[in-house]
Amino acid sequence: MSDYRSMWTDLGLDLERHDTLLQALGGMYQDIFLSQQNRPKAMDYFDFVVSEIHGLRVKELVDHRAAGGKVVGLYCVFVPEDLILAAGAIPVGLCAGAQFAVPDAEEVLPRNTCPLVKSSFGFKVSRTCPYIQASDFVVGETTCDGKKKMYEILGEYHPTFVMEVPQKKTPLGRQLFLEEVRGLKAKLGAETGTTITAAGLAQATGLIEGKRRALQRLNNVRKARPVPISGLDALLITQIAFYDDVARFTEKVNALCDELEERVASGEGVAPADAPRVLISGSPMAVPNWKLHQLLQESGAVVVGEESCTGTRYYNYLTPANDGSLEGQLAAIADRQLETNCACFTPNDERLDDIVTLAGDWTADGVVHYALQFCHTFANEAVKVERRLADEKISLLRIETDYSDEDTGQLRTRIDAFLEMIGK
Amino acid sequence: MTYAGLDIGSRTIVLVELDGEIKDFRVIDAGPNPLQRCQALVAGKAYTRLVATGYGRRLALNGLAQDTVSEIKAYAVGARYLYPDCHTVIDVGGQDCKVTRLADIGDVQRFEMNDRCAAGTGAFLEAMARTLEMPIEELGEHALAGTGPVRINSLCTVFAQSEVVSLIARGADSRDIALGVHEAIATRVAGMARRLSPKERVVFAGGGALNRCLRQLLSQKLGLDVTVPEQPQIVGALGAALVARG
Repeated sequence: MSDYRSMWTDLGLDLERHDTLLQALGGMYQDIFLSQQNRPKAMDYFDFVVSEIHGLRVKELVDHRAAGGKVVGLYCVFVPEDLILAAGAIPVGLCAGAQFAVPDAEEVLPRNTCPLVKSSFGFKVSRTCPYIQASDFVVGETTCDGKKKMYEILGEYHPTFVMEVPQKKTPLGRQLFLEEVRGLKAKLGAETGTTITAAGLAQATGLIEGKRRALQRLNNVRKARPVPISGLDALLITQIAFYDDVARFTEKVNALCDELEERVASGEGVAPADAPRVLISGSPMAVPNWKLHQLLQESGAVVVGEESCTGTRYYNYLTPANDGSLEGQLAAIADRQLETNCACFTPNDERLDDIVTLAGDWTADGVVHYALQFCHTFANEAVKVERRLADEKISLLRIETDYSDEDTGQLRTRIDAFLEMIGK
Repeated sequence: MTYAGLDIGSRTIVLVELDGEIKDFRVIDAGPNPLQRCQALVAGKAYTRLVATGYGRRLALNGLAQDTVSEIKAYAVGARYLYPDCHTVIDVGGQDCKVTRLADIGDVQRFEMNDRCAAGTGAFLEAMARTLEMPIEELGEHALAGTGPVRINSLCTVFAQSEVVSLIARGADSRDIALGVHEAIATRVAGMARRLSPKERVVFAGGGALNRCLRQLLSQKLGLDVTVPEQPQIVGALGAALVARG
């Protein structure tokens, strides 16, 4: 590993705290990921990416900026990555998944706030996320009240631009979001001095679609029994999708899928064929939030899918056909983003259908609904998920938790009991 | 052929030995080093098979137990053994509280469990007993002597404690305060149970079932008869022993 200390200093990181963070992360990764049995060989690349999590990729971003390009930070699947790429800028998902930065946030934000919101903010104020430090500005969104108000305060620390996501998928809502996409295009034009062209945007959309298709392909091999890749590894790859170089990442995921498809053909898996299969549905899991997958895996379950923003809600939607004009493409992109069945919408019954379809097609023995603590949208929607799954005779375990480890014992009891219940 | 179940809880450790029927049982404090206490408890014994349950069940995999089972299943199996018509199990333990619905054939159908918060658990009662300066064993009887419960608004153990302190300062009768404390906890547990549409026979087990006031209030609030086994604390360990026997 190269020495990145001067780069981190230039980015204004708090080196001492950043060292603590990286050390903790390295230990965690060793215990949780590298200790897994029979991992696919092509995971080497992703292990390398994690070993360089605040190094090589950050250097690429810094180099891009030195060459006159821009870097745009984001936290959510509603921000269209292709539009950012088309402006010659690099979109990058920002740190939001560690307890590490939560106490820093709690000095400013109310404690009764979702851990993802607190962690996002905490990473900025503690100066321990090199990605936000290396970004020219952040694009936020109004997907929940916690984030919406947090972005106002984040704006005092870092340039922040907020897109409004409507609450209903009505024609009026769609029109509003299209205006917001146009607004982002104008903002990108002003920041980069680049004019987004129809050809440039089509190319960028092609790149993003390539990434989404590769992730769909990866998700698809998880239908196999035995499952050829662990839930933890699959989750990690989706998390990395938010910040890695798009073309390289796509190539590596496809290479992994080649290997996994061979495994499926020869019946090779990472867990016994009769291990209980679980679909996770709910709030996003930003890196390094691996808590639920780890607990499930330790208890002998295999996670076969994530109905999540770090799962199908990120990669399942492709751009609808359009006339290829710049305006036509923008409208198609806006429509594509609004396809996302996020709990921020009312009603959001399509998500219930998605869960039932995924549980069926991936032959899940049960669904674990995951709500981050104080994530009111997903926690309340869980009521409807519970009713629908009861109608469909699919077993459900509802979990509400944050990033800390204090409730691990109780979670383990629930998970063990749930697996005993479904694993007959 | 002797089988054993070990329930390693947050407050107590329970051992049940089983041959044809329950051969023996022991209930001890968990203390700061439960593994050591477990080792002492089974020292010199030879079991055909031992299964551990409870919060510390995984500790026992270091040479004591051959397998583990969740408390939820262990209580279900134990309660069903004692009462073959049991359809609902309520377990109020040291730091958690669980309600389990059983199918006609005895399988766990659904369950509810408190999250990390101690509301509705033995820890809540313990904290209240401490504030009222009486042994936990006497709290229930003391409450039953109350005439009108004082309303305790907070279920958070920490907030409820300060609420109780201010009630004492205002001169409220400590029996009525104790009754209010039981009302609060029973309301919470009954609410959890109602999510699962409880069906008779309802078996109330765990250390919390030793409390007569809580038993009465739960039964009232659910509008159902509530059965408490002779030894409510051993139901989990019994279930684990039964799982060991297979």
